[in-house]
Amino acid sequence: MRQSFRRMMTIVRKEWLHIIRDPRTLALVIVLPVMMLFLLGYAVANDVKDIPLAVADLSHTDTSRTLVDKLTVSEFFMYTHAAQSENEILAMMDAGIVKAGLYIPESFGRDVSTGGVGTIQFYIDGSNPTIAQTAQLAAETISQSMSQEILIKRLERSGTGMQLGLPVDVRMRYLYNPDMKRMNFMIPGLVAIILQVQTLLLTAFAIVREREQGTLEQLIVTPVRSWELMLGKILPFVVVAFVNVVMTVAVGAIWFGVDVVGSSALLAGLSLIFLLGSLGLGVLISNISKTQMQAMYLASFIMMPSFILAGLLFPRENMPWLAYYAGYFLPVTYFLEIVRGIILKGADFFTLWVWIWPMAVFSIVVFFASVLLFHKRL
Amino acid sequence: MAISVEALLLTKQYSSQPKGSRPALDAVDLHVEAGQLYGLVGPDGAGKTTLLRILSTVMNPTSGSARLMGYDVNKQAEQIRSRLGYMPQAFSLYPDLSVMENLRFFADINGVSHGKQKSRIDELLEFARLTDFTSRRSENLSGGMRKKLALACALVHEPEILLLDEPTTGVDPVSRRELWQLLAKVIQQGVTVLVSTPYMDEAERCNMVSIIYQGRILTTGAPVDLERQMPFRIVEVKAKPRGTLRQVVDKIDGGYGWRAVGDRLRLSVVDPAGVQARIKANLETAGAQISILREARILMEDVFIYLVEQQEKQA
Ligand SMILES: Nc1ncnc2c1ncn2[C@@H]1O[C@H](COP(=O)(O)OP(=O)(O)OP(=O)(O)O)[C@@H](O)[C@H]1O
Ligand SMILES: [Mg+2]
Repeated sequence: MRQSFRRMMTIVRKEWLHIIRDPRTLALVIVLPVMMLFLLGYAVANDVKDIPLAVADLSHTDTSRTLVDKLTVSEFFMYTHAAQSENEILAMMDAGIVKAGLYIPESFGRDVSTGGVGTIQFYIDGSNPTIAQTAQLAAETISQSMSQEILIKRLERSGTGMQLGLPVDVRMRYLYNPDMKRMNFMIPGLVAIILQVQTLLLTAFAIVREREQGTLEQLIVTPVRSWELMLGKILPFVVVAFVNVVMTVAVGAIWFGVDVVGSSALLAGLSLIFLLGSLGLGVLISNISKTQMQAMYLASFIMMPSFILAGLLFPRENMPWLAYYAGYFLPVTYFLEIVRGIILKGADFFTLWVWIWPMAVFSIVVFFASVLLFHKRL
Repeated sequence: MAISVEALLLTKQYSSQPKGSRPALDAVDLHVEAGQLYGLVGPDGAGKTTLLRILSTVMNPTSGSARLMGYDVNKQAEQIRSRLGYMPQAFSLYPDLSVMENLRFFADINGVSHGKQKSRIDELLEFARLTDFTSRRSENLSGGMRKKLALACALVHEPEILLLDEPTTGVDPVSRRELWQLLAKVIQQGVTVLVSTPYMDEAERCNMVSIIYQGRILTTGAPVDLERQMPFRIVEVKAKPRGTLRQVVDKIDGGYGWRAVGDRLRLSVVDPAGVQARIKANLETAGAQISILREARILMEDVFIYLVEQQEKQA
């Protein structure tokens, strides 16, 4: 046992030397997460605001003007162009000058004041789903609250004599992510990416490199056991991954204001379990690759679906059912729910249990499979 | 004498080799006595690496068995590994680690105690004349120094058996000599050494030699015995003009053909005196100038060529 531990630590020390001396790996280890953080923070993560809006108000009534005012003070929309007809709005949308259009027909004011239904037409440019989603949500919310106010006015006028307040005052509040900040969605995703991609690649590379270099042949004839060799190779990357996760979460909190609401210890513990699975996958990949290039391609097979199906970058809710359910086969899907739960909602162990157990089962099975399948022969 | 390495009917068919084709190793028997410097000589692709990989527990044979120090390579690899030093054909140390770091790594991984380590490493550095290069990264060493470092790493845990796969390939002649001198020292310390080489002349330095060709052992014996057993003698001749020399030699049937070595021709013949006389007469008639004409010692190279030709005649 003591001998085993000593041999394992010998591998760990050697692996450290490789990490420190190999500028490529070092770059991958340090630069990548930081770069991704700032890329996502500044290039991708524009919060949707001031969507350019064209308005054709043919009704010219108080009611129609109120509606336009409400839309523009919301900060979601900016009244940039006035139009005279529906076709003019469509032309502006075609040209991409505006991303949303509001057409209020002449009859609108009359219909509303006579107790009928005032119809308005809202146009949304669907080519950018994020903008479209926000625009739709904002337009619906605003027109609904407007309808309610009109309804109340009508009731008051109908002569009951009493002052009516709004029976139900609907105010939309986004829970967990009150400012709808994109970074709140992104930071947990980034934590998952680091733990999945970085550890998987680094582990696979570290083992395949021995094969490529021919040093594996020399290692095989030493008394080091397969599992000592494997653990020794993995341990440094566990440390590396943890440093990176801490760094990401810290930058997220300090620079982008995304605080960890829940327990950091819980986050660390569950990250460790997820990490086991990633490392295991890395070892499995290294088992069947002869070159680092092959390992890279194999790793892409795992990473690509993770990026897309697990909801790292796009919400899963909008995916077609096949893609949505396929996500449940990826451990990173579960882990992402856990990280978002802890960082944004402050969720505890029991709340997250539904996500924890499938992830834990996967990680442990993959990890032990990789230990057993890792053989010290050519 | 105790047997250190024993292989019986070792056969290896790589999975990537087509079924029914000649296996990389074909029913090889090998007996290496303790304390010997044993040479495994054969050309490229003969199966040397395959055999050494099986013996060093790196790879499993397709069939047959092998024992090192009495332990089975398939079932008792752990016992073998702690007593074995192995130097693969390709450079297999860590290029980004220094000479010292490589030595320490292999000492640690082989369980050499910290107390013993320093003196053992110092001794090996001295032995391989690497004392002045301890902090140099192994990727920046010359070819000869790399091989010497690899040898030192393979010896760091004081193994009983040392298996070396082509330690002198790709190394300049001076370093080659130095490596063989080092091996002689290793033998003096009682280590059994099995070394492979494609250079026939190096075989002469071994106590015992097996010639391996196309996965089969053609012959085994001490170099002098092998040379003595040959049914021919060698006649060496050098003359000008060379064209005339060739014409003359071509016409003389000495029994086993001839080959050019440098600026001389070597004939394998049954009757060296008669052949010399005939060559002399024919060359003089043709007006050539003879500078060398004599009987020469049989070399391993001659043995090898003869055996391969016999083998091909049989097939
Ligand atoms: N991994 C492999 N897969 C398939 N065939 C192989 C493999 N390794 C070697 N061989 C074949 O087996 C035969 C013996 O190869 P081996 O490497 O043992 O020869 P060698 O004597 O070491 O030659 P060299 O001097 O080139 O190192 C060759 O014909 C070679 O092509
Ligand atoms: Mg070889």
